[in-house]
This record gives sequence, structure tokens and C-alpha cells, in this order.
Amino acid sequence: MRDAYVLGVGMIKFGRYPDKDVSQLGGEAALGALKDAGMSIKDIEMFVCGNLFQANAMNGQKILQQIGQTGIPVFNVSNACATGSTAFREAYVGVASGMYDVTMAVGVEQMGKMGLLGGGARSGGESVEGVLGSGLMPAVFGQAGVEHMRKYGTTAEQFAKISVKNHKHSVHNPLSQYQVEVSLDDVMKARMVAYPNTLYMCCPTGDGAAAAILVSEEKMKQFTAKPIKVAASVLTSDPYTERDLTMPDVNTLTRNAATQAYDKAGLGPQDLDVVELHDCFATAELLHYENLGLCGEGEAGHLIDQGETALGGKVPVNVSGGLLSKGHPLGATGVANIYELVNQLRGNGGARQVEGAKAGLAHVIGLGSACTVHILTA
Amino acid sequence: MAAEGTGNRQRAIAPMLRLPTSPDEQPYLVGYRCPACGAHFIGSGRVGCSKCTATQPLTEVKLSNRGSLYVYSIVHQSVPGVAVPYVSAIVDLPEGVSVRCNLVDVEPDPAKLEFGMPVELVTRKVRERTEKNAQDEEETIDIVAFFFKPSQN
Repeated sequence: MRDAYVLGVGMIKFGRYPDKDVSQLGGEAALGALKDAGMSIKDIEMFVCGNLFQANAMNGQKILQQIGQTGIPVFNVSNACATGSTAFREAYVGVASGMYDVTMAVGVEQMGKMGLLGGGARSGGESVEGVLGSGLMPAVFGQAGVEHMRKYGTTAEQFAKISVKNHKHSVHNPLSQYQVEVSLDDVMKARMVAYPNTLYMCCPTGDGAAAAILVSEEKMKQFTAKPIKVAASVLTSDPYTERDLTMPDVNTLTRNAATQAYDKAGLGPQDLDVVELHDCFATAELLHYENLGLCGEGEAGHLIDQGETALGGKVPVNVSGGLLSKGHPLGATGVANIYELVNQLRGNGGARQVEGAKAGLAHVIGLGSACTVHILTA
Repeated sequence: MAAEGTGNRQRAIAPMLRLPTSPDEQPYLVGYRCPACGAHFIGSGRVGCSKCTATQPLTEVKLSNRGSLYVYSIVHQSVPGVAVPYVSAIVDLPEGVSVRCNLVDVEPDPAKLEFGMPVELVTRKVRERTEKNAQDEEETIDIVAFFFKPSQN
């Protein structure tokens, strides 16, 4: 495998676009990435589209039908919430394998006001949701948080602080779906969705798209855009663990991915300047502090209490606003993380810039389960 | 405990629940045991062992009706027709397998839910279905689900 670099990124503001379709949203993000890289669609040799809810609609081709039908190979991928990051990884593999010199990944999703996502609601024709427990994401991630409470005495307030932090970060991100600060009191007193996650501790649904262009080292030299190296790209699935099939284990596959990524990049968690991780619910972010090695076992509550993961702290997490405020259009999310890291590592983070950021990590988990960890370096 | 008798034919809400076929039987959850490594799986139908990768047929087993509360969430927002709040729980069974369920007969309040508390299986009718039977006659069937509730030991 050879090195691959991100040369261009694009993203549209996450929100709701009832008058547009997936190919238009994805096309706009793709054009943004091409402009950023100083390229034309004619330079792209292979194209990957990540989309979940319309996975059978040939969206990659539809995007090219909007911006340039050059006849290149197109892959359409879906991997639950890790759909976008899987698309990015496939585009990375295309370059790293030596098969292509320039590839593009577009992640795009149109969810509108769809809510309460999750599966397992039917069994042989009978709906079991709310009868045999809940398979919906708020309860699944509520249980994952309660497990951390059971192990370490973590409090509902510590989880709530995650939401306060990420909403505060999002005020500085013009592409964030929401850009509103919330107080700890606002979060704690908001309507409960699934304990311990209140409304502000659950990510919104919405529409969005993001794109990234990957190139080989040789190709990179032909362009003037500032390249960001992909120091590690890892994808894992859920290994057997005792309760995984009943209560999705979001921890073990993240730990496996992080270990492999640090090993491949030759970096450790102490070397990271900025992290974009999968805060689909406030509870999830706190668990991933430990899963990614940002702190020791049982120390995640202390880490958020001390403000170490806020902008200005030791390891700022989700300075983009995270899924909680920036939004989580499933297919777009993983590529949007790359968009944020590339801008941070280029020093283009604006009011949310992490001073002197040289190394960043992007983490995504899709229930079912798939986990990606990417480490990017300036 | 069998579901309250209405005289209607009963049907389990999910294949993992086996309902009594005679008055002296108890309902139970079915699982599978891997003959190679001993891992247990809940649910009906399994083609191999995902723990040790053994491919010989797994043995169907009757799982214990008693277990302990591992973790939970209290669900306040659900799909239409589901009464909230309710407790969605993960219950550990002694066989080393866990089951997701609604925890009933307890207040949906974290202060009342103790980690590790003993729980036991109960079955209740949750809805009816009216459908044509083999004789082409309309028949009402009681759909029966399983729940766990706090137990004394």
C-alpha cells in the first residue's frame, strides 16, 4: 500500500432541503471539493457514493449525471451511520492500492424530519418495538450510557455536559444545522427521550452532503492545494462479545479500530490535536473518550468535567459542533468529519480553529456494527 | 405464568418465546448452545457459532426464566401505539446470554432500578389478530409477549 492524501474537500450546510434531491445535494458537495482541489470532474478516476436510505437508487451515478458523466467506475456503499466514512475509506483504498491516482468520495443523505431510527421492530410480522424492549437508537445509546454509569458511577449531568460543549462549538460553524448555545440547565430540563438522553442529547435528523478527493503523492505534486496525509484508515466490524447480539457493543470495535489506526499512523492518542468522534447521542461521546484512549478507563466523566475536550482544552473533541449540533445526515457524516479535519489541519478552522493542529482523528460507528477510524496529518 | 385465558388460540410474538402446550408447562425462551465452545445464543434459527466459528449444528436449549438486570433505559418517546414511559432492559440469564425486554411491574424511575436486581419472566397478551383459519372461518388469536419483572430472589 502507498500513501494517499486528501487534496480537496467540500460540504454543504447541513439542514433540510425539501426542494432538492440527493443527486443535487451530493453534486454541490462534489463541485465544492473539485474547486478546493483545483480539479475538474475529468480528473477523477473512480467515484464512491455513500448513502443509506436510498441505497438502491444508484446515487453515485446520479451525481455524475448532474456534474459530468465521464464513464468512470462508481461504487455505491452503505454501512449504517458509517456509510460516509466507508465511502471515504473505499476511495482511500483505491489510491493506496495503486489502482487509481485520483478518487472521490461523496457522502449524502436526505432524511427530512425522519425520527427515531433503528431496526429490529418486527419479528415474523409482529411489531415488537416497545414490547420486547426498544431497538430504536435513543434507547440503545441510553443503555450504553447506563452501562457506563453502572461501571464507573458516571452521572446524567456529566453526559449532559457533552451536549453543552458541542452546541457551544457549533456556534462557530456556519455549516452546522444548528448554531445555538444551550446551558446545562436547558439540557437537563429538556424533554427526556430515552434516559439519560434528553432531547438536546440526541442528534437531529436532516439533509446534507460532503465530499473529499484523494490523490497519490505523485499526483499531489501536480496541484497547488494543500494536501493532508491519510496516516491511517481502518474499518472494523463487531467481534463476538458476550452481549453484542442483544445490546450492540459500541465499544470493542471502536477500541480495535483505534488500536490499529494508532499502530498504522505511528501515533498515540497523546499526539492528537483535534478529534471528530461519533456523538450520535451525548452518552456515546463520553464512552468513546475511553475507547479512543483519550483518557484512562473510567476517567471520561472527569475529562468532560475538566473541560479538556472543549476548544482550548487538552484534546478538543467535535469542534465542528459534532453530530449533536452540526447534524447527522447519515451518509454525509463520515465525509463531513474529514472536511472538518482537513480544514483544521490546514489552519482554516476560523473561530473554531485548534491552534497549530497537526494531527486529527475521525471516528464513526454504524450500529450493526461498523466502525471507521481515520488519522489525518498536516 | 400463562397469559390470561380468553379461550382464544395463543401465538407467541416472536419465535424465541415458546408458549405452553399443556397446563402443566411453563413458557420459556429458546436459545442455542454451541457444542464446541459452550457459547449460548438467544433467538430461533442459527447456522453456526459466531464466537468460535464452529460449524456443527447448535443444540436448542430451554433458557432459564430467571435472571438479573444488567442495564436499562427509560423510554419516553416511541412509535405510535406504545405507551410511555417504559423500561427497556437488558437482562442477563445464567446461561451467559442476555435478552432485551420490557421490565414491568416496576416504576420507570432510575431510583427504583437496581443494577443486578433479580428478575423473572412473565407472559402477557399484548394484542389480538383476527384472521381466517384453515376452515376459512374468522378466528381471533391472542398475541402473547414475554416480559421480565422484579422477583424475590
